Amino acid sequence: MNKILEKKQLSNEVFRMKVHAPLIAEERKPGQFVIVQLDSDFGERIPLTIADANTAEGTITLIFQTVGKTTHNLADLNPGDAIQNLLGPLGRPTHIEKFGTVVCVGGGIGVAPLHPIAEGMKKAGNKMIIIMGARNKELLIMEDLMGKIADELIICTDDGSYGRKCLVTEPLKEICERVPKPDMAVAIGPPIMMKFCAQTTKPYNVPTVVSLNTIMIDGTGMCGGCRVTVGGKTKFVCVDGPEFDGHQVDFDNMMKRLGAYKNLEDKAHEKCHLEESMVKAKK
Amino acid sequence: MSHKDKEQLAGEANELMSKILSTGKQLSPKERLAIPAQEMPSQDPDKRRGNMSEVALGYTPEQTRLEAMRCLKCKTAPCIEGCPVRIDIPGFVSAAAEGNFQKSIDIIKKNSLLPAVCGRVCPQEVQCQLNCTVGKSLKSVDKAVSIGRIERFVADLERKSDKQETPAIKPQTGKKVAVIGSGPASITVAADVRREGHAVTMFEAFHKPGGVMMYGIPEFRLPKAIVEKEINTLKSMGVEIKTSFVVGRTRKLRDLIDKDGFDAVFIGTGAGLPKFMNIEGENLVGVYSANEFLTRVNLMRAYDRENADTPVAYSRKVVVLGGGNVAMDAARSAVRLGAQDVHLVYRRTEVEMPARIEEVRHAKEEGVIFHILENAKRILGDEKGHVKAMECLRYELGAPDDSGRRRPVEIRGSEFTMEVDTVIVAIGNDSNPLIKQTTPEMVTTKWGNIIVDENGKTSVDRVYAGGDIVLGAATVILAMGQGRTAAASINKLLAS
Ligand SMILES: Cc1cc2nc3c(=O)[nH]c(=O)nc-3n(C[C@H](O)[C@H](O)[C@H](O)COP(=O)(O)OP(=O)(O)OC[C@H]3O[C@@H](n4cnc5c(N)ncnc54)[C@H](O)[C@@H]3O)c2cc1C
Ligand code: FES
Repeated sequence: MNKILEKKQLSNEVFRMKVHAPLIAEERKPGQFVIVQLDSDFGERIPLTIADANTAEGTITLIFQTVGKTTHNLADLNPGDAIQNLLGPLGRPTHIEKFGTVVCVGGGIGVAPLHPIAEGMKKAGNKMIIIMGARNKELLIMEDLMGKIADELIICTDDGSYGRKCLVTEPLKEICERVPKPDMAVAIGPPIMMKFCAQTTKPYNVPTVVSLNTIMIDGTGMCGGCRVTVGGKTKFVCVDGPEFDGHQVDFDNMMKRLGAYKNLEDKAHEKCHLEESMVKAKK
Repeated sequence: MSHKDKEQLAGEANELMSKILSTGKQLSPKERLAIPAQEMPSQDPDKRRGNMSEVALGYTPEQTRLEAMRCLKCKTAPCIEGCPVRIDIPGFVSAAAEGNFQKSIDIIKKNSLLPAVCGRVCPQEVQCQLNCTVGKSLKSVDKAVSIGRIERFVADLERKSDKQETPAIKPQTGKKVAVIGSGPASITVAADVRREGHAVTMFEAFHKPGGVMMYGIPEFRLPKAIVEKEINTLKSMGVEIKTSFVVGRTRKLRDLIDKDGFDAVFIGTGAGLPKFMNIEGENLVGVYSANEFLTRVNLMRAYDRENADTPVAYSRKVVVLGGGNVAMDAARSAVRLGAQDVHLVYRRTEVEMPARIEEVRHAKEEGVIFHILENAKRILGDEKGHVKAMECLRYELGAPDDSGRRRPVEIRGSEFTMEVDTVIVAIGNDSNPLIKQTTPEMVTTKWGNIIVDENGKTSVDRVYAGGDIVLGAATVILAMGQGRTAAASINKLLAS
């Protein structure tokens, strides 16, 4: 049982929660994640990246978007409530060192896991260029925090409601064309965004790390449900990842596997919304 | 074979039993051999295809006594040789024959901690029952005394009676032991070490303890209530169980000793790394490892589609690759989830199948279609990346290999395709590398199995290991046996 200490809604669908988890806070490093389960009998187990941690307080911070049943129910919990099962920190930490110039690309909720990595890269002495993208201004999160880290901050929205009206790949390409080109790229966001970021940097030979968020069950390498194809080989995201060489990942296969239960999940999610509106109607 | 229901079998047994008792004489060996082997009452195959409840229903008291009376009480007791934990089999069987069931279970419990589990899942036909003189005289292992079923009956009787007492615990010693994992090896260590008065903390990565008995072996073969009861016994003994705790990540093994002050550690982390075939199409949607499929169905309860959040595909045509218990469990679970056709594809022949004979028989009764001497070559997908078919090859048995088994050789040009929408790979497990990765000084084999000496001790000071992490994917009883050995060594270490 892990007590929720704080909750803040960052945007329509995005929440931030501070959770009591002293052991995880002590061990975790940038790039790692936890598995959350809200009900031991019937709940599903979902991976969420650790956005931040505070060892003195013994807390970790989770930032999540309500995309399915579990994230929806999690958002309904309040400070004082507890998360029944929280397992972590899982996955291999990000490889952080001084590369020179690092360009970080965060799409939507991907900015949350990107933040500790960017922070680590900055501390290691890298020059930081940060590109943040979202569908619109309302969905943009953590601009202030990223602004503090960035030597150069570029914001894009799909609809032009804030920053540049373009996709993140546009400024990414421009940056790759600079002389000297960046030494390293990190892209975290929806799979389709990571796929195109990797495609963008490839011709310029800029090493590109992506962080994959696949379906998981145990998170310890036992089931293989999280597997992806990287460089023609099968890898388990929970133990071999979550970060991989973006130029090697078979994103198309990954996206298909992510959609394996789409129909069933949509139904469950729809049910959540339905129940919610029924409760509201009753009130 | 027509299905005999429980009442019918009980009736036949009662009749025979009163006949034997009315004579009031000791049975001669010839008369013992003449008692028919007692059939295990089971759920009708047509009904059980649609439910998750246990298939084998257990003997009646009369069946148990009759089956036990078949034992010839050989002086040499070859059955004991076949038992990995050397239970006094003639002893408990003759107590059962007399109807002294309490004495019978007490004898078993001297050597085995999990009789209700082992009575159900041990591969008796290659252990105790393989050596049984009755089986040999009647020229079939099938006709051996059903030692496992007798064990199961006396264990269940005690379990259900609530007479089971919490084992006595010696006064606190102030020493503490960490047990990693919560499968049969770890449960045994926790109990044996705790009895000596040492504090025990058990760490389990999953949200529920029990290991494979909880997440792998399905309810219809091993009811979860039995495993839960064993766990509750540990709790009542004062064993602290920390779930959602993965050693190597939440805390390093070294830190358990150096920072947290554990005086000894036992590693019982199992063989949890699924093997794949490394063939084309293996990452298509609809291809599962047996571990994933069974975990979804059992631990995450995906079979309860109404209540469970974890989904499992609505499969119509399923193929399972493999011939072990895991493959049978996966195939039979797929039947229960409502698949139209469930195929099982195995490279060798039925004789070589490592699964328990009873599981193979049950699978066939439930309509699983067996394909022997065949193997997958590649899996084909549709435009959405879903499995649509599997290409197979036929095999024949060639010359014997090092293990003495005839090696299957592919028949060139024998390719054919099966239309399927789900493929479950059940070809075995390697050991989970997490502890090894985070404890570099630990010596393992090249397959990652931890190497221990005859006392169960690893290369690291104060650290012991046992079960599948040492043996590779093995059995519950062997895991328990290794747990016993390691616990004895830990108790000795802490006594000095
Ligand atoms: C589907 C299936 C069917 C089977 N059928 C039979 C059968 O009929 N008869 C039979 O005798 N055997 C059978 N077996 C094999 C038997 O279950 C195993 O041999 C036995 O369970 C091994 O016990 P164990 O104690 O070594 O570990 P396991 O039962 O494997 O338990 C290990 C536990 O450790 C946990 N763990 C792993 N790493 C860590 C970590 N770093 N930190 C914390 N916890 C960790 C795991 O989550 C797991 O719960 C079957 C196995 C499977 C998968
Ligand atoms: S989530 Fe099961 S192996 Fe990665």
